[in-house]
Formats: sequence, structure tokens, C-alpha cells
Amino acid sequence: MQVPILKQGNVLIATIQAALTDADLLELRSGLVQQVVRYRSSGVIVDVTAMDVMDSFASRTLLEISRMIRLRGADTVIVGIQPEVAFAMVQLGVTLEDIPTALDLEEGLAYLQQTSRSIN
Amino acid sequence: MARERHALTAAASAKSRLVDLPRGEPRAELHRELVGHLRQNRTQLREEWVARIGEARLLQAMTQEEIFAEATSVYDSYVAALETGTLDDLTAYARNLSERIIPRGVETHEVVGIVLLLRDVLARSLFAKYQADFEKLNRILDAYEPAANRIANTVAVGFVQERERVIRQQQEAIRELSTPVLQVRERLLILPIIGVIDPMRARQLTEQLLRGIRENRAKVVVIDITGVAAMDATVANHLVQTVEASRLLGATVIVTGLSPEIAQTLVTIGVDLGKMNTVGDLQGGIEQAERLLGYKVELG
Amino acid sequence: MAEEVQILVTCDKDVVTARQQGRATALAAGFSNSEATLVATAISELARNIVSYANRGTVTVARLNGHKGAAGLKIVASDAGPGIADVAQALRDGYSSSGGLGLGLPGVRRLMDDFDIASVPGSGTTVTVTKWLK
Repeated sequence: MQVPILKQGNVLIATIQAALTDADLLELRSGLVQQVVRYRSSGVIVDVTAMDVMDSFASRTLLEISRMIRLRGADTVIVGIQPEVAFAMVQLGVTLEDIPTALDLEEGLAYLQQTSRSIN
Repeated sequence: MARERHALTAAASAKSRLVDLPRGEPRAELHRELVGHLRQNRTQLREEWVARIGEARLLQAMTQEEIFAEATSVYDSYVAALETGTLDDLTAYARNLSERIIPRGVETHEVVGIVLLLRDVLARSLFAKYQADFEKLNRILDAYEPAANRIANTVAVGFVQERERVIRQQQEAIRELSTPVLQVRERLLILPIIGVIDPMRARQLTEQLLRGIRENRAKVVVIDITGVAAMDATVANHLVQTVEASRLLGATVIVTGLSPEIAQTLVTIGVDLGKMNTVGDLQGGIEQAERLLGYKVELG
Repeated sequence: MAEEVQILVTCDKDVVTARQQGRATALAAGFSNSEATLVATAISELARNIVSYANRGTVTVARLNGHKGAAGLKIVASDAGPGIADVAQALRDGYSSSGGLGLGLPGVRRLMDDFDIASVPGSGTTVTVTKWLK
């Protein structure tokens, strides 16, 4: 299951469409980093609405994605975490630390717009 | 437990025949005689029963007239169940009766008590009538007792089930009431928590809030715990988890009304209060929330 | 009386299969969506431990119609891998024998109601967890 990555302006949007295996997640990580480099994107949105479970491996991979992209000078926002998934995450003890989160794609885009404006 | 399961089975199979009527003429004959006796002596037996209910100080939440009216209905349904051999009507009546008397505060032991009294009153009258003919008395009681026991079961189980349903409903209502998620303005939710929080309620509260955030597309949530007297480590942990889970959905949480005692509990379980967004009182919390929202609206 | 499914776990795809199976069984047993997610998350952690540390093992998901009418879901994750030398340490938050976020066992314990672990160094680990219907 590959995760499609769309380019919209200077933002990359990765929409997870089904449950991902660990290999899929690692592929997403390298795919995103490569494309941020290629397109000099300023922001990345990972839409996890369709993810059934956010376990320790998935959240660690998202943290790594965010840090690698940060090194490229871009921001990552995770959007679409479902209420029950969020509930399970905090019980498990994974909280995505300081990665910005937003309700959905629209909110994620608004967040990136706002942060880039506040820099300018 | 075994007995309880048996009782439930009895209620569940209410449609099945109450007594094995067709097993030979003499048995059916006995039955007709039994029902005939109970019909003939309806007035007297019913009065005796009501008197015994009074002596036993049962159903004190009800007036004498009400008890008499209900007793009449129960008596007639009881005899009808014996006659037709089916429990359906009695089951329906028992449920209906339970619905009416549960709000009056009638207890399970009272309902079981009155049904057992009726069984006793009827058995005594059968004794009195047939005491001369011991053989016949035995046969009559053999026909009467199993049926009477199943009737008692049906009524008691019907009552208990109805009571449990009412209790579940009330608990649900109280939980919903005690954790209201209020939308005070667009994208701002307030969750005023009042009273004692146990882990069960804390969990419910979290789930309700997370759903509320999604449904209302909330960006800021003010959790006001002014009304919470104390919090143990488990519940304090829940509060922290609620804050974290809300953030995962993209909402910022402001906690207001944190008492020094609860703050101490949070520190004890290792919460970095500096990372938690706290404001003294609800008013201040709402003001900060509006600033957060306004700031974002201006830019967006 | 208990229905159960066993999933052979040898690779990361099996981790996904196991947790999806667990979620479906939890929902069928009457758990809420939210509770089923807790169960699926716990299975995901346990199954991944099997792949990472033992290469192969099994995850068994069983419906319980237990004592006093209590119903629930029991998950048994079992492998014949190297085992855990210090179980007590593995149950403390933050511990890991391979870096990163660790075995996730403390988290699994928080996600479920009952938690039991039996591990013998050199011959394998069995983690048994249960979630009760409330």
C-alpha cells in the first residue's frame, strides 16, 4: 500500500488511505524526504484520517519524518487523527511530542499558511 | 447465580406452556377445579391477600386503594395464567406494573414478597378446602405449586429487569448531565467538571470531549475543574491524557480552577505544569481562549 | 464456548492482519469502537515485538464468556524467541533493549484490563492480556 504524495504549491500532502505496514511507513518517510528536497517544499501535511491504529512504530516514524523535514527547513503537520485513535495513543503513551497537529486537511493548510506568514 | 439463571430462563420461555395440560383427563380436570376455586373465592382471597400485604408492611409507598386495585389485577392475571397455561399476559402486566411502581420507590423485596404472599394465601385456601381428602390435596398441590413458582419467578424477574433498565438509563443520563460539553462560541468548547470524578467518569468525559472537538471543529477547549474537590493520581493522569488527546486532534486545552491540592497531585505524578496551559479562573480561561482564536482568525 | 482465531505472525503484514482481526473480533463481541481501537493498538504492539525479537510467533484472539457472566476478549501473543532476561525492567516505561521506544509493554498494560507475562530466556515469551466488557 503506497501512500500518494500530492504537491500543492509549496506544500506536500501525503494522504494515508488504509492501514499501513511498517515497511509502508518507512517508504512514506523516504518518499516525503526526497520530495521535500526535490520541490523545496515549505510544509508537509500527513493526513492520517484512514489510519486504524497509531502504535509506537507509526508514531515514532512520524516523529522521524517531522525531524528530517525540519532539517530541510520545512514544517510537518499531522491531520485527521480520529478521536478513538487519539484516546488509544495517550493510553499507550505516544503523543507525537511537539509535532503540530490539526483537525483535518483544511485546518492543516491554514496552520501552514499562518506559520509561513508569521515568518515573513 | 444458578438460581438467577434459572429464573431468567423461566422468564425467557414465558411463551412455553405453563403446565402440561393435555396429560390425561384427570390432570386437566384438577386444573379446572383449581381455577374454579380461585374464581369463586376471588373477593375473599383477594382481601385476605391485601390484608397480609398490609401486615407485612409491604408497598408502603402506595395508598390502600392503589394496592387494592393492583392486587385485583395481579390476582386476575394470576388466575388467567393458571387457566390458559401461558405467562405472556402476566409477563406483560408485570412489566407494566413495574414501570408504574418503580418510580414510586417500590423495592425488589416488596414485589417478591407480595407474590410469595399470594402463593401462600392461595395454598392455605387449598389446604382448607381439601384437608379432608389428603390424596386429592396432594394432587391439587402438585398441579398448583410448579405453576405458582413459575408465576412468582416471572413477576420477580420482570420487576428486576425493568428496575435494571431504569437504573442503567438513569446512570447514563446522570453521566451525560455531569459532563456537559458546551460550545460557547464558534470553535470554543467549555467542559465544566463538577463533583467526584472516578476513572470510569474520567474516561467517559475524555471520549465525550474528543467527539465534541471533532463534531464542533473546536480549536480551543477550556476544562474548568473549580468544582472538583479532590483528584487521585489515576484521575489526574486521565486529565493529562485528555489534554494530550485533545492536542492530537488539533485543539488547545486550557485548564482553569486548578486548586493547590490538585496542582500538588499533578506534580507528584510527574506532570510538568509548565507545559500545561493553566489559567486561574474560568473567566480568565475564556478570555485567553478568545485571544487564541482571535489571533488565529486575524491571520487565517 | 470461546470462539478464537489464531494468526501466525512472521512479518510486518501479519502485524496489520492480527490487529485488524482483533478489532473485528472486539466489535463482534460488543466492544465500542473506542475500546476496539485500544485492543487493536495493544495487538499491534505485541505482534510487532514478535516480529522484531523472535522472528515468528502467534497471536490468538479469543472471546470470553467467563465467570459470573463477565464477557471479554483475551489476546495471547506467544513466541519461542530469545525471551526477556529482566521482565520487571521491560515493564518500566522507557526501557528498550533495542533503542527507540522500547517494547511498549507498559503501554500495552495501560491499554488493557489484565496483563500477564511469562518469559524464559532462551525459550520464549508469552504475553496474555484481557479486556473486559463493562
